[in-house]
Amino acid sequence: MDRRQLARQLSAIENGELQAVDCDGLVIAITGPPGVGKSCLVDGILHRLTPENKVAVLAVDPTSPISGGALLGDRIRLTVLDDKTKAESIYVRSIATRSSSGSIPSIVKGLANHLLANNYDMVLIETVGAGQSEMRCAAIANRIVVVEGPGRGDGIQAEKAGLLELADLIVVNKSDMEGAEKVVNDLTVSLTITDDAPPVIRTSAISGEGLDELSNMIMNLEDRTTSRRARARQQLLMAHENILIQNPAFESILDRMSEEGLVLEEALRQLNE
Amino acid sequence: MGVRQRIVIAKPGLDGHDRGAKVVARALRDGGHEVIYTGLRRTPSQIVRTIMDEDARFVGLSSLSGAHSHLFPKICELLRDAGLDDVVVFGGGIIPESDRAPLYDAGVRAIFGPGTPSSEILEFVNHASTRDCGVGSKDDWHWGV
Repeated sequence: MDRRQLARQLSAIENGELQAVDCDGLVIAITGPPGVGKSCLVDGILHRLTPENKVAVLAVDPTSPISGGALLGDRIRLTVLDDKTKAESIYVRSIATRSSSGSIPSIVKGLANHLLANNYDMVLIETVGAGQSEMRCAAIANRIVVVEGPGRGDGIQAEKAGLLELADLIVVNKSDMEGAEKVVNDLTVSLTITDDAPPVIRTSAISGEGLDELSNMIMNLEDRTTSRRARARQQLLMAHENILIQNPAFESILDRMSEEGLVLEEALRQLNE
Repeated sequence: MGVRQRIVIAKPGLDGHDRGAKVVARALRDGGHEVIYTGLRRTPSQIVRTIMDEDARFVGLSSLSGAHSHLFPKICELLRDAGLDDVVVFGGGIIPESDRAPLYDAGVRAIFGPGTPSSEILEFVNHASTRDCGVGSKDDWHWGV
């Protein structure tokens, strides 16, 4: 299939007009707070894994809750696309979250499967900048890389429950900046009392430090049994949310809640009718 | 508000100023569209590849360097070569009045200069999305006639 045909099929899947082909394969979420360097790390990984591997990137940015529009700007960081010897083996698609909650819309699962079925060796999903409890990516990706950086709080952050517990690999980016070593130490110390702890590595997307190691590791991440139940939980929650969003009355009920003072209990009752 | 479109906003050529492109991208976002911004200094072939991969229906080209008479028609030509005949091309930046007719002939459907209200660009997108005016169309219509 040519790229144009593939691009149009992905749109059709995104718009609910086409069923994605089911396919198993490596789907890796790159997640973490806004501005921590996710796009630049994806660029570094693509530089190292292509053209030997065919890699697709699904880069998610948020949809405006006010206008329904979106500004999708993750491509700007992808300098690898300037390299003609590599660009042919890379497919990048920008995705808006549209009506879904969370850092990845559920439709991304179908898009990723469709790309795998069309001979891409792996799919990298770059999530919306995500916070501590943003675990929706576990429903879609089968490996999770959490990116952290310096200057984002003290050691207690590393002890808190949430996204970090689902990580298959933790990357501390911006290692060229002050404070990165302390973040690595805090995380490592915290993980010493965790069974089946994920590795922690340090990278600098600017200097290139750690990017070879990251690219090698990403190809060989093990499936950690501890997160299986969490994945199932997220899948179930996401499926349930989809049923809600796809309800034909959803938008009109939203209008009536915001404009006519329809109360929550009544709105729920009407949605379940 | 019209139907949501996927729109690439691109900066072809060598100028390094993209405030205008960002303002247009923002206005289209606030108008309910999904806008993919390419960043600075893209080549025509990179822009066409982005439009193809992103399955965008519109592309807005911003140029302030004076190279628009070369770059805009080149992009129109590459779009037709790639079979992307239904993509609607519009442009903006510093484009002298006397340069505009050849750009319309090349397939550009609208040119927005400094001072254009953002509502006019949204009107153009909404209108153009209802007619067959892609870069490969025989229609010789352009915005503002």
